[in-house]
Amino acid sequence: MLNYEPTTILAEPETTSSAAPETAPTPNSTGAEAVLNILLAEGVDTIFGYPGGAIIPIYDALYDFNDRLNHVLVRHEQGGIHAAQGYARASGRVGVVFATSGPGATNLVTGLADAQIDSTPLVCITGQVFAHLLGTDAFQETDIINITTPVTKWNYQVTKAEEIPEALAKAFYIARSGRPGPVLIDITKNAQLQAFHFAPYAPCAHIRSYRPVPIVRPEYIRAAAALINQAERPFVLWGQGVILGKAEQEFKAFIEKSGIPAAWTILGAGALPTDHPLNVGMLGMHGNYGPNVLTNECDVLIAIGMRFDDRVTGRLDKYARQAQVIHLDIDPTEIDKNVAATVPVWGDCKETLPLLTALVNAKSHPEWHQRFQNYMAEEVAAVINDELFPTGEELTMGEVLQQLNELTEGEAIIVTDVGQHQMVACRYAKFNHTRSNITSGGLGTMGFALPAAIGAKFGAPERPVVAIIGDGGVQMTIQELGTIMQTGVDVKIIILNNRFLGMVRQWQELFNARRYSFVDIQSPDYVAVAAGYRIAGRRVETRDELQPALRQMLEQPGSFLLEVMVAKENNIFPMVPQGCSVAEIRLC
Amino acid sequence: MTRQEYNITAYTENQVGLLNRIAIIFSRRKINIESLNVSPSEIEGIHRFNIVITETEDVVSKLARQIEKQVEVLKVYYNTNADVIWQEMALYKVPTDVIAEKASVERLLRENGARAVVIRKDYTVFETTGHREETDNLIRVLQPYGLIEFVRSARIAIIKASDGFNHKLREFERREPSEDVSENEFLNSRDAVFTM
Repeated sequence: MLNYEPTTILAEPETTSSAAPETAPTPNSTGAEAVLNILLAEGVDTIFGYPGGAIIPIYDALYDFNDRLNHVLVRHEQGGIHAAQGYARASGRVGVVFATSGPGATNLVTGLADAQIDSTPLVCITGQVFAHLLGTDAFQETDIINITTPVTKWNYQVTKAEEIPEALAKAFYIARSGRPGPVLIDITKNAQLQAFHFAPYAPCAHIRSYRPVPIVRPEYIRAAAALINQAERPFVLWGQGVILGKAEQEFKAFIEKSGIPAAWTILGAGALPTDHPLNVGMLGMHGNYGPNVLTNECDVLIAIGMRFDDRVTGRLDKYARQAQVIHLDIDPTEIDKNVAATVPVWGDCKETLPLLTALVNAKSHPEWHQRFQNYMAEEVAAVINDELFPTGEELTMGEVLQQLNELTEGEAIIVTDVGQHQMVACRYAKFNHTRSNITSGGLGTMGFALPAAIGAKFGAPERPVVAIIGDGGVQMTIQELGTIMQTGVDVKIIILNNRFLGMVRQWQELFNARRYSFVDIQSPDYVAVAAGYRIAGRRVETRDELQPALRQMLEQPGSFLLEVMVAKENNIFPMVPQGCSVAEIRLC
Repeated sequence: MTRQEYNITAYTENQVGLLNRIAIIFSRRKINIESLNVSPSEIEGIHRFNIVITETEDVVSKLARQIEKQVEVLKVYYNTNADVIWQEMALYKVPTDVIAEKASVERLLRENGARAVVIRKDYTVFETTGHREETDNLIRVLQPYGLIEFVRSARIAIIKASDGFNHKLREFERREPSEDVSENEFLNSRDAVFTM
């Protein structure tokens, strides 16, 4: 943001003469310097940000911290916060964002909402006008605290430097503890400039009104184990809670001992490797056939770190009515929110799963597994074969994923945007490792993938990062190619171009009599755009070119943009139509 | 499930912005807050919200948990009207000449459990405390005498079965005393600013 603000110097507030000056500790830091020292103390190495008038003092201090803090200059604050989300999701650490007041701050709102609904730990620091100007409609003043209250786990406005250490300590603690989430700290310019006594920094480990992890109740663990031990058709649904709790090993141990088939929500993907024999696939609207149908046939449903989103459950009054439900979650408000739990298991699943594993009997449920395999065979014949190994002339999104899997062998981080390509990528991408699937799940934010992929690469520099984006979403945050250009970050970008806003087009085809209302979107020459940003690129239109192009993209050092022209009117199946039960999932 | 009045009682920290954070839990779902009172509790530094809404128990229990989830909220209870002792206070302003001339003031006050707070030449202010129908009733009684102004407070409610929480709150405050609320100190220092 351009700064048109005249330089202002705030007089020191009048001190009362009775205050004893000899006992006042000597100022040793400005507020701005304290902010950066606290970031270092919290282990922050990367900041995604964009300067502007109200945050200039922090950027001025940053000039001297350049050797210790890597600041990534993005092209738009929304890109900055999505990059921080990608960083947090890939690394398991807190993502940090800087933005200025007014428009800089409001541009964070979409990312905050996305991080709030997908439980991503972020600390966003915004500059604010001088404290004495609050409420005067000062230049670039906006009430960002009230704007962001619904989309933050916590937020706080700092108006004097003395508040900075405690506010930031709380911010990091709240962002990463319990069910993680975004925190915004708004710091007025006078507080950034103010010199104060910065005592040795103490991180926060406790807030008296905040209990991040509920107390584990052993009687419910025993009740859950008893239900599981007598179950004939138990079924596990897992979500991102397993990843956020860093409980992948505990989860694997639980299902391997109990022998229970397990299916994932899109944010849970990767917590268990794709080819693990107990992984029966994806849940929900475009999930796999068996997991959806058999949700309504299992006798005990064990939900682990997931929140029964409507895209997972379909119609609630016809969802798993026959099943006893065991729900493990760290957030007590999720239990009984959408699906009533027979046995609630409050707590961090890293703690509760081992307790449960100790009490469950070792089983294998071969007949029950066979039913999942039968449904999978049906789905392969009806949908998957045509999608992954098409015989028609047009390229499918699925075959791009299939070819990519063969080259990356499940080692890459796949970052997706929102729409048809997202469903294809989540369904077909192979994941060997946790924290490999980064997508906007709850909010469905188009424009997420390109900046999130940049952040993911900074968060996990040793891993290949492939962004898969549609021709709609990429045009929402395409300016972040500039960030790639300037930082030289190695991100591989695949644009699956079907020359439509494909998911909306699919709904219009199926439910609105093919009345294609404003889904016919044109694209620029992406390879030329990439070239303008000095990023290598290639466009693929035929099957013969696909594998060599993917190979070139992956093998050539540095970022690469690959545009693949895919069939215009392919639909994503299976599909649970809106308002239908999961058992009414359609294969075509 | 039937909708009825519920009294939500939230014990919270005293923090700028918390009122909004709690209020939007209702407005997000397009639920009207019928009455809202925020006051200190019996423990210094801990605030108490009394919120009245009409909803089903299922909805209210979920709202209560959403409120309790907020970082600065200590504890939330919800109760039906049968589970609380509650009162609202009302003030009524009437012209003194009319009321003195036409009404039997003494009987009026006795029958409505009201008292006169101020008596001036030009107007008189009565006050009554009670349930909604009681405060409403005095409006009807005073209307013929030229009622000038009426105001009713939010509902305050004491939970009948709340014995245990006082001890917990006290112990809580003893172990970790409240922090002072931080407000903007600079709003009145605009004139002291030199602008280039």
